[in-house]
Amino acid sequence: MAALYFHTLHLNPSEPKASSRDRFVLSKGHAALIQYAALAERGFFPLEELDRVKTLGSMLQGHPDCLRTPGIEANTGSLGQGLSIANGMALAGKLNGGTHKVWVLLGDGELNEGQVWEAAMFAAHRKLDNIVAIVDRNGLQAMGSTAQRLNTDPLAAKWTAFGWCVAEIDGHDIVQIVSALETARAHKGSPAVVIARTVKGKGLPFAENNFAFHNGMMSSEQFHAALAEIEQAIAEIRRED
Amino acid sequence: MAEYALRNLRTAYGETLVSLMERDDRIVVLDADLCRSTMTVLVEQRFPTRFFEMGIAEQNMVATAAGLALEGKIPFVNSFAVFACGRAYDQIRQAIALARLGVTIVGSSAGLSDFGDGATHQSVEDVSLMASLPNMTIISPSDARDVEQALPLIVECRRPVYLRLTRSDLPVIHEGLPPLDLTGVRRLRDGRDVVIFATGSMVVKALEAAEALETQGTSARVVDVSTIKPLAIEAVIAEARGVRGVVTAEEHSIVGGLGSVVSRVLRGLCLPIEFVGIEDCFGTSGESHVQLMEHYGLTAPAIARAVEAALGLSAGGRQRNARNG
Repeated sequence: MAALYFHTLHLNPSEPKASSRDRFVLSKGHAALIQYAALAERGFFPLEELDRVKTLGSMLQGHPDCLRTPGIEANTGSLGQGLSIANGMALAGKLNGGTHKVWVLLGDGELNEGQVWEAAMFAAHRKLDNIVAIVDRNGLQAMGSTAQRLNTDPLAAKWTAFGWCVAEIDGHDIVQIVSALETARAHKGSPAVVIARTVKGKGLPFAENNFAFHNGMMSSEQFHAALAEIEQAIAEIRRED
Repeated sequence: MAEYALRNLRTAYGETLVSLMERDDRIVVLDADLCRSTMTVLVEQRFPTRFFEMGIAEQNMVATAAGLALEGKIPFVNSFAVFACGRAYDQIRQAIALARLGVTIVGSSAGLSDFGDGATHQSVEDVSLMASLPNMTIISPSDARDVEQALPLIVECRRPVYLRLTRSDLPVIHEGLPPLDLTGVRRLRDGRDVVIFATGSMVVKALEAAEALETQGTSARVVDVSTIKPLAIEAVIAEARGVRGVVTAEEHSIVGGLGSVVSRVLRGLCLPIEFVGIEDCFGTSGESHVQLMEHYGLTAPAIARAVEAALGLSAGGRQRNARNG
């Protein structure tokens, strides 16, 4: 999300509806919190709004809501629909002669949904090379590992077979991410997908690779421990700079 | 009964859409491998770059239309009513109704009109599904002229719309009558004793029933409800004032359709209400649409019997068709 909002996406928060902007659809809408944080940091709305997330009357709903939140492009949350919506945006982009890209982030558990593959087939059929999909390949879904619950392997081979240009990367390596996204932006002739291997809850020992933490609440102790971990990581990065 | 010309609503739909697309390049059309039936084939031939064959994938089709609408296009999404509303219900709910997008879902071959294909292809509950969605507008035209008048209004309104079209030809009953609008109901016949609220294919049957009742001394008002949602509540109440009974008539389940909607609106008037519709059961294969309409009690005589029941002239309408339900 940091790579997208602070490097890759062509956006201007003061002109959130500019027709030349890149579109980004968070198909795995349950990850809205991180998108809200990125949008606030980019200035789409005041940081204070983050304190009101999921509260009555807030512009920040439990899942992305394009009518309420500046910078949100589409309503998602019912899994499996984001790639189709992105396809529609990409078709409109082609009709209008636009040069922007439509980016869409999917979860790997979300790939259980049949509609994703309808959309994958359609994007390749129409040669929508103005679409880039990113799969957050964390290997976990709500009730356990994807391998156990409903296996999506071999994932790269599936996308290739559907006619997509596929790249696989370490989703925690910022250099690999930025480079893969730029390569995908330049790709012509077919849609492109970046499969980003990630560790859910990375950096927080109590959450790492723990599916039970998927929609669990953090305790106050965990919150403060997490904050300390993150602040330490930031301090280390600053020292390296 | 007056003689009416027969016209096909799907053909009127395809032709009107083409003519609107001539002057509005925002309009795009999506179809799920049924364009020769939904008649969007006319669009495919005339505007191939603004026609999208989505394949047999209704869920992707509906959500793709949401993406197009988010970019300022005016999409018309086409399939049989049963698949458009049922298979893609969640996509309509989440991606279109919730986001208040100007996408029109066109449910073709609605009701029992796909007579041979049977229950899997016959939509007896599509209006109920769409009526349950906030932000949705439901238009149920009763002849080809209605279709021609509805489409420019739909393009203009830019909100979620469900347009319900029958497969069969219907008599053109609105020639010389007030045009369809999205905010009201149309009284097609004056009457004192009872009001019949009808929609779609049942409107002409309501007119026939009213004519037959007249000869027996019962004066029936006929009101065409072409916009089922948002229902013109004040107009419906006004039409029910002064009469002694109410009948609703629809080619749809009596659960959640016109009957349910009208009876909810009229709940304060303490009037007897009878429903002519499909009694909470699925369709079935038959040799013709007319045959199935008779089988399910969706006829002018059935409306007339419901009127008599509502006025206390006979013993209740529930028994009128033993096979129905």
